[in-house]
Amino acid sequence: MTKIYIPRDMAALAMGAKRVLAAVQKEIAARGLDVEIVRNGSRGMLWLEPLVEVETPAGRVGYGPVKPSDVASLFEAGFLTGGAHPLSIGKVEAHPYFARQRRVTFQRCGVIDPVSFAEYTAHGGYKGLDRAFSIGPEATVAEIAASGLRGRGGAGFPTGIKWKTVADCPAGKKYVVVNADEGDSGTFADRMIMEGDPLSLIEGMTICAFAIGADKGYIYLRAEYPIAAEIIEEALIAARAAGALGKNVRGSNLSFDIELRMGAGAYVCGEETSLLESLEGKRGIVRAKPPLPAHVGLFGKPTVVNNVLSMATAPMILADGGAAYHALGMDRSRGTIPLQIAGNVKYAGLCEVPFGLKLGEIVNDIGGGTLSGRPVRAVQVGGPLGAYVPVSLFDTPFDYEAYTKVDSLIGHGGLVVFDDTVDMSWMARFGMEFCAIESCGKCTPCRIGSTRGVETIDKIRAGENVAANIELLKDLCQTMKLGSLCALGGFAPYPVESALRHFPEDFHKPALEAAAE
Amino acid sequence: MSVAAPWDAERAREIIAAHLGLEGPALPILHALQHEFGHVPEAAVPQLAEALNISRAEMHGVVTFYHDFKREPRGRHVLKICRAESCQSMGAEKMARDFLARLKLDWGETTPDGALTVEAIYCLGLCSHSPSAMYDEEPIGRVDGARLDEIAEEAKSA
Repeated sequence: MTKIYIPRDMAALAMGAKRVLAAVQKEIAARGLDVEIVRNGSRGMLWLEPLVEVETPAGRVGYGPVKPSDVASLFEAGFLTGGAHPLSIGKVEAHPYFARQRRVTFQRCGVIDPVSFAEYTAHGGYKGLDRAFSIGPEATVAEIAASGLRGRGGAGFPTGIKWKTVADCPAGKKYVVVNADEGDSGTFADRMIMEGDPLSLIEGMTICAFAIGADKGYIYLRAEYPIAAEIIEEALIAARAAGALGKNVRGSNLSFDIELRMGAGAYVCGEETSLLESLEGKRGIVRAKPPLPAHVGLFGKPTVVNNVLSMATAPMILADGGAAYHALGMDRSRGTIPLQIAGNVKYAGLCEVPFGLKLGEIVNDIGGGTLSGRPVRAVQVGGPLGAYVPVSLFDTPFDYEAYTKVDSLIGHGGLVVFDDTVDMSWMARFGMEFCAIESCGKCTPCRIGSTRGVETIDKIRAGENVAANIELLKDLCQTMKLGSLCALGGFAPYPVESALRHFPEDFHKPALEAAAE
Repeated sequence: MSVAAPWDAERAREIIAAHLGLEGPALPILHALQHEFGHVPEAAVPQLAEALNISRAEMHGVVTFYHDFKREPRGRHVLKICRAESCQSMGAEKMARDFLARLKLDWGETTPDGALTVEAIYCLGLCSHSPSAMYDEEPIGRVDGARLDEIAEEAKSA
């Protein structure tokens, strides 16, 4: 039977996938065809969504972006056998955007039905957990350590050390917590995995539970991702039905189950200690460290808190060995990074590549430059707490340490492209405003500093004592960086300082205009 | 959008009781209460505090900490427009400001006929299709002023 793939990924839905599905179903019924429709995740070529794929003997052929009004003509053109059509992109995996990638974490995303346990295992799923069972918990932690995997949430802390710390705690109640509070603008990799291959996350959590000796896991998901919630719940049911969660996981002695918990619109809950407070049912107030969550975590118990991508990469590392993952990447940034190319960019999407690509290659070669067709002016790398990088730094390789060297961070791998119409003093103001809205309020530099930051930038933008206020703003940024308890207040100065450093002309506009008059 | 039920202390008690077996049940309960009543009514706070054996002040702190828990009923429909950086790179700020001006609303306010509440949201993860928005449960990519106006019209009659 012919198979058609129509994604249920939120980005595809936002571009009309539901209406396309209805139109396809209508055509199938009208033509009396025998066709199976699979609701897959996204391939990550998001500018082509909704991307409809058809399975042919030569491989999967894609058509996109499909509008409901295109559907009849697709059938006329014989798309069920891969027929030619203006929307055809040919074989999906041969598309240049796809072919240049090295898909590890996203190897199944968009390929399989995300909630089909049978398809997941047919595509290599649960090889990782089965190998973990055969080599034992200590060797499992050692594989993760050998892979060089670093936390993909943004901090880049070595995952193996985190796991080992919890594994070394005395036996007793321990937790596996997944941070799925992907709040950074310009990032959607966690969402795509949860919507496209949630079983890899579930398997990764199970491997972690086995390695550290935990019996309970939580996924803390942001409320802005309702489609991911729906798909994860279905995947959990499928995993339980297949004996991959619950008592005696896959016939082993491991008992482990996972609960999905929804956040409630607080950005700061992406900070791991704030997330733990929130899971406990409290205000999402950041905890002082130490103690580390690895020692005193959820409900005071030793807890691994990992980002979605870190956890979803564990199955591959166990299946193929840590060395295979370590062979990719550069310097201390090993493996692959799923880049999320977003904002004002022509080919927006997710592109998983080994570390080391230059920013210019990512933005211009892969992303195709701006969507508006105007020159690129700045790229914000690493979310709302990341720096604005100018075109003059486009030769910076994508690597944790290389970005630190240019006073920047790669965060969760999101890039937001801006064209030359952007007003950088406004973006700096927005950075401070966002910090003020989202501050948990525990520490003074973040709580008060962000509000004073907005006020000071307003004065600068109004042309009031510009030089003195810029000095004051720089001083405030230093205070926030050094004095804040967590990364929210501590990193909020990055966009502000980078805007000041690389785009000083945007902070002197009123004065310049006044001088011109 | 599901129609919000009027406040019912007995129903609230049932909802709370149904979740007490969970570890850290406060957020799941608040979500369930908001789902039922459209917001978290003031009367629920002391009830919840008692059930969880914490002070009312502490419970008040939890409810008010999270942007998503609303203290007042909202409009029949809710439109969330993303204000985060990616959407700003595609002109979302001006688009939203003009739309709010046309409706004579500020962020978080509801049209006088109670049809539509317009809220700011900070990232829907649809950054490849900025500007983005969410109308009730429906995600919308590449939204523009005209589409926002259509939604405002649609909300009036539904």
